[in-house]
Amino acid sequence: MQHGKYRFIVGFLAAPLALYALFVIWPFIQSIYYSLTDWTGLSPEFGFVGIDNYTRLFQDEIFWKSLQHSLTFAVVLPLVTVGFALFLAFMLNVGGRSRKGAAIAGVRGSSFYKIVYFFPQVLSIAIVALLFQFAYNPNSGAINSVLKAVGLGSVQPDWLGDPDLALICVMVVLVWSTVGFFVVLFSAGMASIPRDFYEAALLDGASRFTTFFKITLPLLWDTVQSGWIYMGILALGAESFAVVQIMTVGPNGGGPDYSTIVMPLYVYQKAFRDGQAAYATTIGVALLLVTLAFAAVVMKLGRRERLEF
Amino acid sequence: MKTTDTPPTGGATIPAPRDGAGPEARKAAGAPGKEKRSEGAVLNVFSHGVLIIWAVMVVMPLLWAVMTSFKTDKAIFTSPWSLPDALHFENWARAWTEAHMSEYFLNTLIVVGGSLVGTLLLGSMAAYVLARFEFPGNRFLYFLFIGGMSFPIILALVPLFYVMQNMALLNTLHGLILVYIAYSLPFTVFFLTAFFRTLPSSVAEAACIDGASHTRTFFQVMLPMARPGLISVGIFNFLGQWNQYLLPTVLNTNPENKVLSQGLVQLAVSQGYKGDWSGLFAGLVMAMLPVLAAYVVFQRQVVAGLTAGAVK
Repeated sequence: MQHGKYRFIVGFLAAPLALYALFVIWPFIQSIYYSLTDWTGLSPEFGFVGIDNYTRLFQDEIFWKSLQHSLTFAVVLPLVTVGFALFLAFMLNVGGRSRKGAAIAGVRGSSFYKIVYFFPQVLSIAIVALLFQFAYNPNSGAINSVLKAVGLGSVQPDWLGDPDLALICVMVVLVWSTVGFFVVLFSAGMASIPRDFYEAALLDGASRFTTFFKITLPLLWDTVQSGWIYMGILALGAESFAVVQIMTVGPNGGGPDYSTIVMPLYVYQKAFRDGQAAYATTIGVALLLVTLAFAAVVMKLGRRERLEF
Repeated sequence: MKTTDTPPTGGATIPAPRDGAGPEARKAAGAPGKEKRSEGAVLNVFSHGVLIIWAVMVVMPLLWAVMTSFKTDKAIFTSPWSLPDALHFENWARAWTEAHMSEYFLNTLIVVGGSLVGTLLLGSMAAYVLARFEFPGNRFLYFLFIGGMSFPIILALVPLFYVMQNMALLNTLHGLILVYIAYSLPFTVFFLTAFFRTLPSSVAEAACIDGASHTRTFFQVMLPMARPGLISVGIFNFLGQWNQYLLPTVLNTNPENKVLSQGLVQLAVSQGYKGDWSGLFAGLVMAMLPVLAAYVVFQRQVVAGLTAGAVK
């Protein structure tokens, strides 16, 4: 077994590790270094400026806006998505008519619902964003025409063009595209909870809603918590970038008047639109800290005794 | 961990007793617990209502897009919800040729094909070594790979842009393939390491005693045994890479090399000037349908592959 072991290990690890180091690790390290310089990205020359970029960050109003929006995403989106998905998954698994003495049962056609709910998950977020951009179109979009058709012709919001509504519109799209995934995820977890737990509780006179909070949720806690973190990282990262960049108004999105700017998009704009690469990496470092803090907080708050069943 | 141990498709087995015996069985169950039954009945109606409403909300935008892709530009704007007056297939033809959808498809196929093979090969090689061999630094390398999962990619993209530029990889398809592989490795290594650990070691030992080299053992014994894991992680990476938007947007701006997702966004911008919305919708639906069709056919595997990914 030992013969040529190290040669084999090196041979197998060399290619993946080289690729990973060059395209992932090295840029990460570089970006932290660049955040301490005045590099524009346009010329190869730059000087070391210490923490100037970070002090600038504190005075940058748009940065605070992007931070505020990203934090809103990280708090609201997991709450709404995971909450709504849990609700739907519970309906799927417990909402059925009891038959043949089974205490609880899944609704008829639950596998059909799960197939349909999962549709948005397999679509590119770019396609989803484009579709909803048309739906939100104030003049001829699908939503405002429905409002007209039901007699609400006077209520014709500007949706993505309205600074007060635009951020909510974006969040709705992210919820729409992710809920199905969590329904399927939680549903699988619920299916593995033994039926007799519910039977015992119902015999003891518990209502079905009590069983959700006393049985389903505690036993599903690990899955819920990882789902929460997963959704938060999505909401802070690439998904929110794509949706905001594609859907919202303004050059490269984020409008109107920066009312929808999020941190990853601000990084992108600073680096590739404004030629301020060093400052962009500074915002990126702030985003990294927010992401790590988010994960740490959820894990800390969510710590519970692990239940075996 | 729990959800990966139980296949998500198991959820589908709950409504199993949907044979015709339903109503009779309930009658036979008799009076006791009548109150509870009515609670169940109310809940049943309520849950069906909620579930149907959400199903409609999911399907409507997609159907609306399909419908719109067959309409004329004028009809799209004047009556967004009416059925098309005729099936305007010319929208699709226009999108395929004039709007470069065919090129976007081809580019996406090349990039995803190349990077998927590369990801699975390099990912399984690294995972196998990390899972099966003791050597100094093993833990460190493992966590180095895993760490990549939780970092915001956008942070690395700014320097990466210039790394690629210096290596003349920017705006090339092979450059994009390499980047896709690199950014798919963290999850792939993580998933496959766990998978290789679960495989029995006796088979590999037998192969070794029979004189097979480590390399040969890997390719002829371990990889075939790891097939289920490779399929799961392959589906996960396929969808992620096929739908990727952030990486090509930053690293691949050459109009000729655009992949599907960014091509569609590009199309949305340019058709805005041309006013060819029907062509754009045809393009959107064209990009949407193959993935949805593939999902419906391989539904179980796709769900297993994607949910296995999330929960770790």
